[in-house]
Amino acid sequence: MDFFLQLLVNGVCVGLLYGISAMGFVMIFKSSSVLNFAHGELLALGAFFFLALISWAKLPILIAFVLTLVGSFILGFLIEKFFLRPLIGEKLIFVIMLTVGLAAMFKGFILLIWGGNLHTYPEFLSESIALKLGSIYIAPVYTATLIISIIFLVLFGLFFKKSAQGIYMRSVADNQKAALSLGVHVRRVFALSWAIAALVASMSGIVLGIINGVNVHDLSSIGLKVFPVVILGGLDSIGGAIVGGIIIGLLETFTGGYLSPSLRDVVPYIVLVLILLVKPYGLFGLVEIERV
Amino acid sequence: MGEILLQLNNISVVYSDVIQVLKGVSLSVEKGHIVSLLGSNGAGKTTTLKAISGLLKPENGKVTDGSIIYNGKNIQNQAPEYITRQGIIQVLEGRQPFKYLTIEENLRVGTATRSSQPYKEDLELVYKYFPALIPRKKSLAGYCSGGELQMLVIGRALMAHPQLLMLDEPSLGLAPLVVQEIFRIIKMINEEHGTTIILVEQNANMALQVAHYGYVMENGKIVMEGSADDLAKNPDVKEFYLGMSASGIAKSYKDVKSYRRRKRWL
Repeated sequence: MDFFLQLLVNGVCVGLLYGISAMGFVMIFKSSSVLNFAHGELLALGAFFFLALISWAKLPILIAFVLTLVGSFILGFLIEKFFLRPLIGEKLIFVIMLTVGLAAMFKGFILLIWGGNLHTYPEFLSESIALKLGSIYIAPVYTATLIISIIFLVLFGLFFKKSAQGIYMRSVADNQKAALSLGVHVRRVFALSWAIAALVASMSGIVLGIINGVNVHDLSSIGLKVFPVVILGGLDSIGGAIVGGIIIGLLETFTGGYLSPSLRDVVPYIVLVLILLVKPYGLFGLVEIERV
Repeated sequence: MGEILLQLNNISVVYSDVIQVLKGVSLSVEKGHIVSLLGSNGAGKTTTLKAISGLLKPENGKVTDGSIIYNGKNIQNQAPEYITRQGIIQVLEGRQPFKYLTIEENLRVGTATRSSQPYKEDLELVYKYFPALIPRKKSLAGYCSGGELQMLVIGRALMAHPQLLMLDEPSLGLAPLVVQEIFRIIKMINEEHGTTIILVEQNANMALQVAHYGYVMENGKIVMEGSADDLAKNPDVKEFYLGMSASGIAKSYKDVKSYRRRKRWL
């Protein structure tokens, strides 16, 4: 029973992380219908940038973390400005192929600088933030994940519900023509969604790097896991991405714990196929509001 | 003649480089007036509005000839982000709400052209004009009725403090009483705020009642213009748009002899 609870807690923590990272993916898709195949590489880029800041530049953890987030936010902006904006008005498939190209470029860049080996962050999470609930022990990294995820969820919730910019972003996702007619800066919204996507990707990259170690192949394949997550949750549902993330996280840790650790990476994709067979729009895919 | 706010000089609009929709449209809109644009389907009314608001661009359309002068500035083929910030807001045909946003969030999108300024007072104002929206504040726009949505999209445009408001068929698909209510409010907005309004309508009867001036379009051209009263008295307009015979009484379908009807002005 303890083992079960232990896996449950770990699964929820990792799942929240997947969910938040998938949220970035969903945001780009919602606002501009672009599937971002470079998501995993953005995640890896964040993890390596953080590695560079703490082990080479030897910055304090908190400053390095914030700098990484700011850096990836700017990177997202630049990607949109230099790579995607020239393609506005072109066929969607060109844009999607471009993200595949970006993925290869980023991966090559990381391999060039850091190589394909496993790196680790120095230990910096103190044992004191570990939680002990009865007989369940939550390791410091999972506690940190939980805290960071909840902070991000609340922040994004407030951003999308209350702030003007968040509401403009949702309006563009909802009805682009009407948003244009009211003077919403649609290109700015695209740029902002790339920036936020890059930010959440690198945030989850860092945390996953703490859990599993920093390796470019592992991290970019974790990025691919957004596909089962978002398809489970429904491609266009931000809340669905979070729930989908938690489900995939739980599936992974339970298969890893009860069946075999080598199966854990396969099961999400099996679930993906099953979901597509039964509910092609995902569990929370937008039900078109139909006025009769 | 008062001050001219908007002037279209002989503009042509072409979609996808081949389909010519407007063939030399000229019109001028006086500040503080309601100008209505009448015409049958496909006459080019909506295209005219889109040429002004810059919304042709995303549809691959372009003003190829002529000029659009607003407040002394040339605005043809500018981006909609720029044009809306000059104070021109178009309310699209067929009510385009943000379905998954609440009524209040929809209204807030209207502040996009002046995003850092306070908006609470404007919300109050919109609710004053459209009290029917108050009980629906928190519900998703996708679940509101057609009348509520029309009020919503006009209110949303008002949030932007437009100098020139362009309404594309606000009466489309609404019950007669709701149409009257909408037109009463359009008139009120014009009188209380001095907002200049361009009104595209099929419902010529209502449109000519509130408008000061009118243009009739056909086949991408302006075929007739005049003060709203003159137009309403014009026998051709009466026959084609108001459903009256020349003598002024409602005509029976039986009496229509199609071969006698004039099909075109040009």
